[in-house]
Amino acid sequence: MPPVSWSTTPELAELQEEIQGYASGYGLDFFTTIFEVIDYRQICEIAAYGGFPVRYPHWRFGMEYDRLIKSYSYGLSKIYELVINTDPCYAYLLDGNRWVDQKLVMAHVYGHCDFFKNNSYFSHTNRKMIDGMANHAVRVRRHMDRVGVNRVEEFIDVCASLDNLIDPWCKYRESLPSQAPGAEGEGGGDDADEELAKLRSGKNYLESYINPPEFLESQRKKNEDEAARMKRIPPHPERDILAFLLTHAPLEPWEVDVLSIIREEAYYFLPQMQTKIMNEGWATYWHSKIMTAKALKDDEIVDYADVASGVTSMGPTQLNPYKIGVELYRDIEDRWNKGQFGPEWERCARLDEKESWDKQLGLGRDRIFEVRKLYNDVNFIDEFFTEDFCRRQKFFMFAKNRRSGDLQIASREFAQIKQKMLHQLTNAGQPFIFAVDANYMNRGELLLAHRHEGVDLKLNYARETLKNVEKVWRRPVSILTVIDDKPKRIRYDGREIGMSDETAAADYVL
Amino acid sequence: MTDALMIARIDNDHRRFRDIVRGRIRENLRKYVSRGDMVARKGKDSVTIPMPQIDIPRFIYGDNEDGEGGVGQGEGEVGDKVGGDPQEGSGSGKAGEDAGDKEVEVEVSLEELAEILGEELGLPRIEPRGDKNLETVRDKYTGLRTTGPESLRSFKATFQRALKRQIASGTYDSGKPMIVPVREDRRYRSWSEQPKPESSAVIIYMMDVSGSMGDEQKEIVRIESFWIDTWLRSQYKGIESRYIIHDATAREVDRDTFFSTRESGGTMISSAYRLCSDLIEEQYDAENWNIYAFHFSDGDNWSVDDTSTCLKIMRETLFPQVNQFGYGQVESPYGSGQFVKDLRSAFGDEEKLVCSEVKAKDDIMDSIREFLKGGR
Repeated sequence: MPPVSWSTTPELAELQEEIQGYASGYGLDFFTTIFEVIDYRQICEIAAYGGFPVRYPHWRFGMEYDRLIKSYSYGLSKIYELVINTDPCYAYLLDGNRWVDQKLVMAHVYGHCDFFKNNSYFSHTNRKMIDGMANHAVRVRRHMDRVGVNRVEEFIDVCASLDNLIDPWCKYRESLPSQAPGAEGEGGGDDADEELAKLRSGKNYLESYINPPEFLESQRKKNEDEAARMKRIPPHPERDILAFLLTHAPLEPWEVDVLSIIREEAYYFLPQMQTKIMNEGWATYWHSKIMTAKALKDDEIVDYADVASGVTSMGPTQLNPYKIGVELYRDIEDRWNKGQFGPEWERCARLDEKESWDKQLGLGRDRIFEVRKLYNDVNFIDEFFTEDFCRRQKFFMFAKNRRSGDLQIASREFAQIKQKMLHQLTNAGQPFIFAVDANYMNRGELLLAHRHEGVDLKLNYARETLKNVEKVWRRPVSILTVIDDKPKRIRYDGREIGMSDETAAADYVL
Repeated sequence: MTDALMIARIDNDHRRFRDIVRGRIRENLRKYVSRGDMVARKGKDSVTIPMPQIDIPRFIYGDNEDGEGGVGQGEGEVGDKVGGDPQEGSGSGKAGEDAGDKEVEVEVSLEELAEILGEELGLPRIEPRGDKNLETVRDKYTGLRTTGPESLRSFKATFQRALKRQIASGTYDSGKPMIVPVREDRRYRSWSEQPKPESSAVIIYMMDVSGSMGDEQKEIVRIESFWIDTWLRSQYKGIESRYIIHDATAREVDRDTFFSTRESGGTMISSAYRLCSDLIEEQYDAENWNIYAFHFSDGDNWSVDDTSTCLKIMRETLFPQVNQFGYGQVESPYGSGQFVKDLRSAFGDEEKLVCSEVKAKDDIMDSIREFLKGGR
């Protein structure tokens, strides 16, 4: 168990020790956690900086700060808790909060800290990111001193516009052996034969049976195509467009540095986007458990109930990740305690049997710890959002009524609801965009492609973003997409934006 | 790091953002001023200005068929309306984020807007006259009491009270924490009266609503008085507005009526001026009040006689009392536009009178400058 660390008042330090004791007792496993007490302006500042005390200078942090301060002063929202994924883990308590609130926040924070430390999607993140962010700030300021504030700020505007063009699997890909061309033909023997996947027959008369000429021909063609593709840049569609631009765009050294900062930070924040439901649900599960079972005093129960119900309240048209997350964990725990899983359970069609199904396995707690380690939001929902759960929690799908403009309940069909939810979570709700050709039309133009999955890009934004890609690439850029079911190509040549039908079937397999 | 440094850091980014917003507003001020939409977006102390350019564009999903809507939770049949604005949905879950085609709306306080207007038009600040320490009494919620209307019941305080009672009477079981309030536990929000400094300036708007003033003319008056209001409000702590409409007779109305009424019939401007002067006489002592009067008309008066009555009222009672009298003549296809000529020939360079002619919405900006450049 990590030592209780410095806290601002002796009372809070004592409280932290108490809460941390409960958390460890339940088996939560976290980095050393440091609480700091700050006032509301400071908490808004840190929240605007994405949880960090120091970021590089940029107006969009000011915009976020403006929004947070205003929505607080109008009583629309209040930040209760702020914790960041670092080692040690920093968490902030709001000065002037009631004692019971500080308790709740601490309990909640230990849930997050455990999640940061153990969820596999966070395993690649830089745990010294406070220093990382501060270094980035120093580097950006230095560039500003050298080339001017406005130039750097404008370039940051451009880069920020592209910061979702990254590849969530990139970190995992890098750890695989490189599949560079030429890597495969090493085993000696006849290279040409091996490349064609030719089998040894040993007998001449069997040759045409074992290695039919048509097959060899198709193999040869495939290899040629592959060879042609390998000459293309990139050889395969590339999702990490930021890395692609860093390698291939004609950037000045300071621009490379700024872009790589934006990329690094985008990857750092990615797991939080991928595990919003799981992470908040986990923290909510634990604050609820710790508070109601251990920490709460009788006289605090009304205040606690008030806050806790606010945290998990769900408006009719918004998914509250706290709520859906905590309910799912509880459901999983309950099912694994009673053995409501596996083929036997799946096969059972009798409702009465299912309702009283209890094999007394008691595996629930172990299972949720396992889930918090291995899953992200997409496969969490995919696997555990069951029809039973959906019905019990009264989920529905809503849509806008074209005529009246009202939002209406469109469906209570489980399959549709789940589909919708998964779609919103996939790729953290971002479209799939690839860099496919850096020498498009043999003119050094950059071609991007959008893998269309039923929803069009937001057009006005796409146009503006494309302009920003051009500012980095410095040659005309195009993107292939689908608009109203028709394949289209949007192109920006540095002066004007054009859109044309894309008739030739794209030969890019995305 | 010290606190001082931390504050300075976000303040720089914040200032930079506000500068960008102000720059955008300034660039488009003429457009904003001449279009009425800013008026419609007015809140209590601020306006929201749609500002699409300030957002950072990204490749994101739009909202065609499938993109719109989302997943929600609760009771209801298919086809039932679900409450809530889809655009508000982005608050807590990413699920809601692609729901609305949301423009970035920037909120600007009226004070800031007035400041931008002042800078852009080169308006001098007004030196208020008189120092009034009059106070009005305002209600403010401060505490709790045991009686009150149900709408003001504080649920939390009520439950806390009930908890206290149950613990005291030994009916509370911490193993099964159930709290049931009874009648005596109920607590209601209560208020106390707090003094608040009262306004020291008044604007009296007068408008000709006779048949010849059409909707377009009124829209111009509406927009122009919004901006005048915004500017004067930024110059005084509190300000009162009074509204008078007239055709052949005048009456005082509320703000909504002022902008929506259309009457037919003749025009006797003197009726409005007389009412205005009575109002000042009775309620606004010129010693202590900064009085502004604005009159908008298409310049068509009933008779020469009435016009001379107007001139008399202005000379004898209005000018001595007001900081400034503004006359705005809105061009209409039906009016003769004679009145402004009469005023000019009668008063020449009387410094309290400002006349301005507005032909179309594009002239509003210049007209405002005309009215307010005196800094009176």
